Amino acid sequence: MGDNKTLPAAVKRWDENTVAKTIGKFPEREETFLTISGVPVNRLYTPLDSKDLDYEKDLGFPGEYPFTRGIQPTGYRGRLWTMRQYSGFATAKESNERFHFLLDQGQTGLSVAFDLPTQIGYDSDHPLALGEVGKVGVAIDSLADMEILFDNIPLDKVSTSMTINADAVVLLAMYIAVAEKQGVSMDKLRGTIQGDILKEYVARGTYIFPLSPSMRLITDTFKFCSEKMPLWNTISISGYHIREAGSTATQEVAFTLANGIAYVQAAIDVGLDVDAFASRLSFFFGSHSDFLEEICKFRAARRLWARIMRERFKAKKDSSCRMRFHTQTAGCTLTAQQPDNNIVRVTLQALQAVLGGTQSLHTNSRDEALSLPTEESVQIALRTQQIIGHESGVGDTVDPLAGSYYIESLTNEIENKAMEYIQKIDGMGGAPAAIENGYIQREIHEAAYSFQKSVDSNERVVVGVNKFQVDEEQKFDYLRVNPESELEQIEQLNNLRKSRDDDKVQTALHDLRLGAEGETNLVPLIIEAVKVYATLGEICGVLRDVFGEYKATDL
Amino acid sequence: MSIDELVQGVLNQKRRYLARLISLIEDEDIQAMEALSQLYKHTGKGHIIGVTGPPGSGKSSLVTKLTAEFRKRSKTIGIICVDPSSPFTGGALLGDRIRMQEHSLDDEVYVRSMGTRGHLGGLARATSDAVRAVDAFGKDIIFVETVGTGQSEVEVVDVAHTVIVTDVPGSGDDIQAIKAGIMEIADIFVVNKSDLAGADKKVTEINAMLDIDPKEQAWRPPVLLTNARTGEGIPELVDNILAHLEHLKGSGLLQKKGLQRSRDELQELMKYKLTKELSQKLQGKPEYEKAIKMIAKRKQDPYTVAEQLIAEFLFSETR
Amino acid sequence: MSSSKKIRVLVAKPGLDGHDRGVKIVARALRDAGMEVIYTGLRQTPEMVVRAALDEGVHCIGLSILSGAHNALFPKIMELLKAEGVSDILVVGGGIIPEDDIPDLKKAGISEIFGPGTPLDVIVEYIKTNVKL
Repeated sequence: MGDNKTLPAAVKRWDENTVAKTIGKFPEREETFLTISGVPVNRLYTPLDSKDLDYEKDLGFPGEYPFTRGIQPTGYRGRLWTMRQYSGFATAKESNERFHFLLDQGQTGLSVAFDLPTQIGYDSDHPLALGEVGKVGVAIDSLADMEILFDNIPLDKVSTSMTINADAVVLLAMYIAVAEKQGVSMDKLRGTIQGDILKEYVARGTYIFPLSPSMRLITDTFKFCSEKMPLWNTISISGYHIREAGSTATQEVAFTLANGIAYVQAAIDVGLDVDAFASRLSFFFGSHSDFLEEICKFRAARRLWARIMRERFKAKKDSSCRMRFHTQTAGCTLTAQQPDNNIVRVTLQALQAVLGGTQSLHTNSRDEALSLPTEESVQIALRTQQIIGHESGVGDTVDPLAGSYYIESLTNEIENKAMEYIQKIDGMGGAPAAIENGYIQREIHEAAYSFQKSVDSNERVVVGVNKFQVDEEQKFDYLRVNPESELEQIEQLNNLRKSRDDDKVQTALHDLRLGAEGETNLVPLIIEAVKVYATLGEICGVLRDVFGEYKATDL
Repeated sequence: MSIDELVQGVLNQKRRYLARLISLIEDEDIQAMEALSQLYKHTGKGHIIGVTGPPGSGKSSLVTKLTAEFRKRSKTIGIICVDPSSPFTGGALLGDRIRMQEHSLDDEVYVRSMGTRGHLGGLARATSDAVRAVDAFGKDIIFVETVGTGQSEVEVVDVAHTVIVTDVPGSGDDIQAIKAGIMEIADIFVVNKSDLAGADKKVTEINAMLDIDPKEQAWRPPVLLTNARTGEGIPELVDNILAHLEHLKGSGLLQKKGLQRSRDELQELMKYKLTKELSQKLQGKPEYEKAIKMIAKRKQDPYTVAEQLIAEFLFSETR
Repeated sequence: MSSSKKIRVLVAKPGLDGHDRGVKIVARALRDAGMEVIYTGLRQTPEMVVRAALDEGVHCIGLSILSGAHNALFPKIMELLKAEGVSDILVVGGGIIPEDDIPDLKKAGISEIFGPGTPLDVIVEYIKTNVKL
């Protein structure tokens, strides 16, 4: 980019004369400036900082390899990003009512949050489910709940995103079964299961089985879907939770892509052709609070993934190299103090994600550091996206920050540092091994701890928390989950256990056990089991028996 | 809580009293020694198994699986996990329980985490007293788990009847550590994580090293493969542990070890008592401080002063 | 009191939520403040928390919940402690806990609740000041 031969001398002159003079009179605010991830920030960037950049090779054009400038040739000029707000309600019935409301408003994308017992494969009456039923999402014990959840919702017309991981295959099976009852065949189903188990061990904690059987469930799903569900996104490889757990931006890219590599490799190892499934992979990142660094992060992640797919996995199709991602503004940056300030934080974070070229976006609500968001807060969050999309004009040209000396330099740096991490992880035997020996968890914890220390010592300002505090009483309307709903859910479960055909359930579970002990694809067996109303807890119970349970080893 | 209550509580197998006693031991409270002296005659029944090895070699997971196997054989279990305290802050992060969750509600399993702290009497003192407390409480099998990174594990294994040294495949450098320090103390070698590449190679390496040991061995330490995740090799390991105890009994080594241990312990205790008493008596004494200054100035020599101070403060009845 | 006496703290995550960033940071800060911290990992039932606290002879229990299950689980833990005849263990909580819930939790015996954004020093000092050694 920079071929200016006199520039180095000019920069030196500016530094030694102009800058030195000013600093003599007005010292800078800090001795060294660091991004929130701890990357040093220079005073000034010039063409010298990206002089090795080859435009066609490293940036290219939107919609073309290596996708640094985005995956859509026309950016947001054709269509804005999808504004997708994740939400959770206690019971299937309440969620269903909400879905109908959203569909009436013209929304076509549904997003389902499940409660923790559902995510960890326990029925609502399991001792560990106490107090958790319906708390962070809807409780699903069996197909009966799923039927209520999607009652009268035409599954051939909507796309459904399900935040479910360890037992994603069971919820997918239930979704398929509900569709079948509606007369919708599975090849018409559109949607996403998160299904990213590796980051559960690292950051989010809703794991069930050890790594190797978990990877099997994922490759079984990849295989099944590549044959029968061409429109289904089989995985959403998530950096969001890694970032929320305290990683830096570079670590977020590195560990997410390392996980992605593990999934692709696992699928190839079971005989899948990389171009048969890679275009169905999707990603999910956080948008944290360092404005420019985050924009670079998105661009670096996209380019690095494209290169990994082409160079490492020899993907032929461009669509296999194209990183599609969803973004959520960073929940961990929300403060309980002066919660209205969070609206501003979310606005900046949303803008970063758009400037970074996200495909869809969830904006957090101001009160999420305190509790589940109220309807009013959710609306402000959505309006934030709409203002960016329709008023700010940032979507009217593609990748508008490209070519900025700083942006390109930092994009390079994040890509290079992430690649170093990935090589280190490769050296340990890949992401699963690096997770089992606790390396990734430790790296994240170190970053989280040093960040917290820098806040506590006032090295890093968090407005309203360690500077500009006010005396305030935190008064908010909370969305509360009715404690009765836990009991109702358990009662329904008991009724189901009495009314279903137990012989069929036992047979299906027995078949599943044999399948799990062998090597057959488990997806069809799980579909059979959910159809006869085996519960989630029973199905996962069989798999727990055969596979064992993952035991965390980190700290 | 009086000493008698404490002693009775431990003998009646009340967990809270055991927990309390170990806290007193850790805090080097004088009451701990009084309680232990009453409990001494009730000890010596448990089979004490030391487990040591490099960090990351799966010690806690192994102990967890061994516990499950011993429970199947109707044994009751005590587990003492020792982790290093920070030499700077004295704090410690004790995370071994994370891997022992499957026994967390078993009434017949007692787990206690200990930091190495900066004990006056050394690590061995507090750990062996804690083990003794668990022994008096009546546990059949008592595991002592320590990180094998230095001298500490060598001290701790003095307590144990059977010492298991763990290692994992592929850890090339650690073999040096084993050579250097803990090769001699192992009664059983365990190569854990047998599913990892290089497990068999590791077994061969350790066997080769054992073979060059020149001294006559009545007990040739077996080298076993285990997988603490799946439980593979665990029943065999338990069989070997029990066989080792039989060997100790049959060969008379158990008695011999017991005598040696009593001798060591008595010496250790006397040394500890004397050191403690001396430091208490010297604490803040002007002549002590003065002597230090004189030594520093080369006006006096430490050899003579040491003799004088000991004679004056420790053996003089008038003080 | 002996010089080697140390504050022992059990740090636990009852319930099913897997967000352990906060709890691990707090554990580390307590260690750096010279305490012995026993961490038991995720998915602890109230029974497991109480058993671990008693066996380990801790002076303080720190509980973290972000899923909203605190109203069910915190009081249950206090009940079990009471049933064991324990009254000298300081119990504190943290996580996403609405202000309105705090009075009832305190009534149940939780000494203090630390919300998001609490400086680590505040937690350390609170424990040092209020723990019964």
